[in-house]
Amino acid sequence: MSATLATASYIGATILFILSLGGLSNPESSRRGNLYGMIGMTIAVLATVMGPQVTKAGYGWIVGAMAVGAIIGIYAARTVKMTQMPELVALMHSLVGLAAMLVGFANYIDPAASVEFTGAAKSIHEMEIYIGILIGAVTFTGSIIAFGKLSGKIGGKTLLLPGRHWLNLAGLLVVIWFGREFLHAESIDAGMMPLVVMTVISLLFGIHMVMAIGGADMPVVISMLNSYSGWAAAATGFMLSNDLLIVVGALVGSSGAILSYIMCRAMNRNFISVIAGGFGSEGGAPAPAGAAQPAGEVNPILAAETAELLRESKNVIIVPGYGMAVAQAQHTVYEITKVLRDKGVNVRFGIHPVAGRMPGHMNVLLAEAKVPYDIVLEMDELNEDFPDTDVAMIIGANDIVNPAAEEDPTSPIAGMPVLQVWKAKTSIVMKRSMATGYAGVDNPLFYKENNRMLFGDAKKMLDEVLAALKA
Amino acid sequence: MPQVIGVPKETAADEKRVATVPEVVEKLIKLGFKVVVQSGAGDAANCSDDAYRAAGAEIAEGAAKLWAASDIVFKVCVPTAEEVGLMHEGQTLITFIWPAQNPELMQQLAAKKVTALAIDSLPRMLSRAQKMDALTSQAGVAGYRAVIEAANAFGRFFNGQITAAGKVPPAKVFIAGAGVAGLAAIGTAAGLGAIVRANDTRAEVADQVVSLGGEFVKVDYEEEGSGGGGYAKVMSEGFQKAQREMYAKQAREVDIIITTALIPGKPAPKLITADMVKSMKPGSVIVDMAAERGGNCELTEPGKAVVKHGVTIVGYTDLASRLAKQSSTLYATNLFRLTEELCKTKDGVINVNMEDDAIRGLTVVKEGSITWPPPPLKLPAPPAAKPAAMPAKAPKHGEASAPASGTSTAITFLVAALIFGGIGYGAPPAFLGHFTVFVLAVFVGYMVVWNVTPALHTPLMSVTNAISSIIAIGALVQIAPPMVQAAGNRPEAWILGLAVVAIALTAINMFGGFAVTQRMLQMFRK
Repeated sequence: MSATLATASYIGATILFILSLGGLSNPESSRRGNLYGMIGMTIAVLATVMGPQVTKAGYGWIVGAMAVGAIIGIYAARTVKMTQMPELVALMHSLVGLAAMLVGFANYIDPAASVEFTGAAKSIHEMEIYIGILIGAVTFTGSIIAFGKLSGKIGGKTLLLPGRHWLNLAGLLVVIWFGREFLHAESIDAGMMPLVVMTVISLLFGIHMVMAIGGADMPVVISMLNSYSGWAAAATGFMLSNDLLIVVGALVGSSGAILSYIMCRAMNRNFISVIAGGFGSEGGAPAPAGAAQPAGEVNPILAAETAELLRESKNVIIVPGYGMAVAQAQHTVYEITKVLRDKGVNVRFGIHPVAGRMPGHMNVLLAEAKVPYDIVLEMDELNEDFPDTDVAMIIGANDIVNPAAEEDPTSPIAGMPVLQVWKAKTSIVMKRSMATGYAGVDNPLFYKENNRMLFGDAKKMLDEVLAALKA
Repeated sequence: MPQVIGVPKETAADEKRVATVPEVVEKLIKLGFKVVVQSGAGDAANCSDDAYRAAGAEIAEGAAKLWAASDIVFKVCVPTAEEVGLMHEGQTLITFIWPAQNPELMQQLAAKKVTALAIDSLPRMLSRAQKMDALTSQAGVAGYRAVIEAANAFGRFFNGQITAAGKVPPAKVFIAGAGVAGLAAIGTAAGLGAIVRANDTRAEVADQVVSLGGEFVKVDYEEEGSGGGGYAKVMSEGFQKAQREMYAKQAREVDIIITTALIPGKPAPKLITADMVKSMKPGSVIVDMAAERGGNCELTEPGKAVVKHGVTIVGYTDLASRLAKQSSTLYATNLFRLTEELCKTKDGVINVNMEDDAIRGLTVVKEGSITWPPPPLKLPAPPAAKPAAMPAKAPKHGEASAPASGTSTAITFLVAALIFGGIGYGAPPAFLGHFTVFVLAVFVGYMVVWNVTPALHTPLMSVTNAISSIIAIGALVQIAPPMVQAAGNRPEAWILGLAVVAIALTAINMFGGFAVTQRMLQMFRK
């Protein structure tokens, strides 16, 4: 295959990738979108392998490595539980980061790769290597830590080292200093030392950054790492002067960036403050003094009474949160939905953008439980319907239904858009205890007159509700 | 030993309500109590003795037997001297008492060494007391009934209609006082299709009026009329004059006036004068819900419906009782909620806990000593005027945020121009080509991804993840490149090793990413 044909194939692949992302604009076209992605990837890989840059000597290695990867990848994709999706995605990001690092090193030690560059072009090429490895390393360890946090292997608590911003700043300065050293290095061996030092610092930085971010901010972290893995690919593209890599990297990078932005906005938080770690400002005071702490009594309710309430309603909105995922309760939720819908109750789901641990997490879980996607609505689509709703059932969610966000300007989560469940005639909160949510803010919803608390494990309670509904 | 709750038949003339209904009897029994109902107590409210029996209550013949058998008595009306005479020491009475108006009754109760809880003395500003608030529940029923009485006396449709026989204009209803009863009346009248206007001296209820389908009529005078505890206060002379003018104007225009204005401890304000009645159209109706306290209309005759100057003036004082089944059910639920508060242990024994604000307020006689009026409540200070600026709400998905200010836009463009200038100055043409592609791709990605529906954000992440394994190409070209001259000592083994590992890693991603995306997307179904 000639170089021009390979380039033309790359253009085709690029278009297919764009169509692939475009296909996700609605569930109908999404499967075709995924297919476009696969075709695009196949074309890109084949065009590269058949192209002028790969000789026959490498085929064996390529086929072998691909086969090993394919087996592991497909096995993982088949066996992963939908509740574990965030972990899987985080782990996959780390692979991209690691691959970007490896490619960067391989490129650097290959004298053939830089032989055509001189002067400014050579500096730029080296800079590309340096930056590519840096992003790859941060993505790698950041994703590993995110994976650990999501799978519970590392506690979800934020780890805040003293003077962590200064540590980061110092790291950045060291990286810049060694970058200069690296560019001035005479030989490959001389450049190796700064490169390795930078890599180590980047790896540590990735760990440090994600360790400082708490569980509920994970949607932002995951999208951010998604974005980084894209930028890593783009940097590799620059390094190899490969437009396909640049385009795809930029697509993925901007996609992740947009997702991070959407997630931050859904929490009414600044991207920088999320990445800087912890919740809120440096002090991290749980609630400003003087803010009225909600007080009063909560009204507990039993599963049987919940079933009775549900049976007598016309409109029900279910608001799932991370607690539903933890309790693996989505199938029971669907069973309840089915029973109620058969009785003519209008059941819908209200999804907050940051419910769960990654963007769209709840949608996937509900889809897995066979909940039809046309009754799963976004917050903006049904927030105005709560006053006409008889029962709003909140399963394992807290901050995303906290009225303080709207009513108390001094609240740490003030201004965050929330699902206005308290406007429903009755709201039922399923929760294990009265503990506060991630933001550490007490929830005045629990004390509202029209709110009922159904204490207990979500799965167990929902099973009881289902049994009572069927009885 | 569970205590016995007794429900006597109401003795007041025309009182149709009963203090508990069979549905609630079941719940009381679940709390551990025994329930005894006087034979015939619920007849007027469509609750037969059999229904009570089926719910688990015992039926007692005659008042004397019932009062003797009960530890706790649930009633609706203020007890008569005769009824107090039937009480025995240690008994608890829960009913309307109005201690301020009935000092003699209070003495009698105290002399009997009983405990009396006046449901009318509930501290209504406690939000947790709302479920026990019988004044509210009964006022709501009365408001509804007032509209029904008005419709009954009114000779036309409420809603406008266009029929073959001609056009019917909708009735215009004016409701004075937008308390619980007023709001219920607004909702009912609006539901029947009338044009509803309402007024209240408390400006803060305007939103509630509008939310029920009414129109809030303002008095053209500045004064705040909230008197605490959800009641209105007496207004200044200037305000009253402006208010009278407004009422006179409404009287000329509307077909139906429903008045609900009450001020605690004072006779009802005379809002509708005889002249205003005269100015109304013949066939109009006034329902005076304040008739019991003297009436808001000068011509009201409490307890009766009269026609004066061609206007029917309804002054019934038993509006809630005229909807006996509904008002009894609500009242019974209020008392049940109160019983829950009194019996937190659910063992069928009440505990009149004077430490509890709500119960302290309700209890007017405790074991023979008068405990009314209660000490003022220590209420949390109401939040001072809300801070004016709420934090900016985040714009909705897809909604354009406000355009950036001129200065910041200019700065952004300047910085961008400097960066692009610097790159254009220093970088070789090959790099610029790639850079162009990169910038354009970022924009394309931005445009494409904004269209992705939020429901598919997880598949989006996994598919972009799969696509980002395109980085495999970087490894592929390193595995066995065609020999370039002057390559020098290429560390083949190292490069090969790194590249093979990178290919394997990206292959995991490539295949796994697409496969898991496919698996997820298969699940999304209608």
